[in-house]
Amino acid sequence: MCDTCGCSDGSGAVLRKPGESDYHLHVSDGTHEHTPSHTGEEHHSSANVQEGSHNHGHGHHHHEGSSRKIVLEQDVLQKNNLLAERNRGYFEARHIFALNFLSSPGSGKTTLLEKIIPLLQQRIPVAVIEGDQQTTNDADRIHALGVPVIQINTGSGCHLDALMVNRAVKELDLQDNSLLCIENVGNLVCPALFDLGEALKVVIISVTEGDDKPMKYPTMFHEADLCILNKIDLLPYVEFDVAKCRENAMRVNHHLEWFEVSAKTGEGLAVWLEWLKKRLLHH
Amino acid sequence: MHEMSIAISIVEAVETKAREEGAARVSGVDLLVGKLAGIEPESLKFCFSAAAKGTLAEEALLAIEEPEGTGECGECGMTFPVNFYYAECPGCRSLRIKIISGEEFLIQSITIEEEGE
Ligand SMILES: Nc1nc2c(ncn2[C@@H]2O[C@H](COP(=O)(O)OP(=O)(O)O)[C@@H](O)[C@H]2O)c(=O)[nH]1
Ligand SMILES: [Mg+2]
Ligand SMILES: [Zn+2]
Repeated sequence: MCDTCGCSDGSGAVLRKPGESDYHLHVSDGTHEHTPSHTGEEHHSSANVQEGSHNHGHGHHHHEGSSRKIVLEQDVLQKNNLLAERNRGYFEARHIFALNFLSSPGSGKTTLLEKIIPLLQQRIPVAVIEGDQQTTNDADRIHALGVPVIQINTGSGCHLDALMVNRAVKELDLQDNSLLCIENVGNLVCPALFDLGEALKVVIISVTEGDDKPMKYPTMFHEADLCILNKIDLLPYVEFDVAKCRENAMRVNHHLEWFEVSAKTGEGLAVWLEWLKKRLLHH
Repeated sequence: MHEMSIAISIVEAVETKAREEGAARVSGVDLLVGKLAGIEPESLKFCFSAAAKGTLAEEALLAIEEPEGTGECGECGMTFPVNFYYAECPGCRSLRIKIISGEEFLIQSITIEEEGE
């Protein structure tokens, strides 16, 4: 149930804007609108196959009817993937370069955004979507930089999905030829499975997390396009083998681009921003 | 826990199909969940029974087939079993491995019961 308006919208996610305390919008998908993908579904059911191994045996069926097996072969994430592709098409048509930032809580996603946005802003308009279960704290931090930002509060949800981003984008005044940074919910597991329509997935780890992180969360590192190792200013104080971490990450994903930065001191940021600017040019 | 939102979308897809087919209820759902798909089958089963409460799939038996991961070496072409931890070619030790199976995540089929009138 929504703690702001008391309504009981099932899906849970809510959009909020910093400085507009009475603004809030529920993300619901109007489940009954059918996805426009009724293409390949021309009754595979002709395979009118008899019930296989499952329900046989004991006659505790409630009904005397017949049972029938229907082949679907449908991707479980299809609904999200279709919507993500719609987002992607929209971004591409308007030359919006969308980055999906992923990490454990506290790796420094918001700090990194706070650091790079002022540097990028003179060159390209930036907008931000913040994902957190609760609070507008991160959106407030971005709002202070003077860029358009919207907060998605996922409630009990542990990841952003394409629908939330679709709705958030409608509420943000995105400019053509701009950069959209999406900070996902802090979590290295679930967000890996949900395409948002981004151009690139950026996974961030910090040197306080252990150099075996890529091995512990391989799916995320496998899906990512680039990895940013953050908090390198702390390297003298922690036991963290940068080379080993990088090697672990490359094992999981040999296409992974690798950068080492400190969002606090700014070290290494120039290299990454140079790379990013090149990508923006070719976008 | 992404298994919950995924379980809900499975139930939605299953119910939609079952309705189209005029089912009275769904007695079985067969999933294909590759070992590399990033899904915990036990957790998914648990979530599925919660998500299916009060739907046509409430009593459905969830069967999950879990294909093993297979990689193909980009250097020497060898194929071999992988999980992400050892995505290295046993032939030439290359790390340029393409995953050719194990990432499947499909609803393969459902079994529906029709009212016998
Ligand atoms: N020493 C150090 N601390 C950092 C760095 N980047 C972020 N932090 C700190 O890490 C904490 C979490 O950062 P935050 O950006 O909120 O992480 P998020 O949860 O990923 O958005 C904050 O206390 C930051 O000040 C860094 O490069 N070096
Ligand atoms: Mg944050
Ligand atoms: Zn090889």
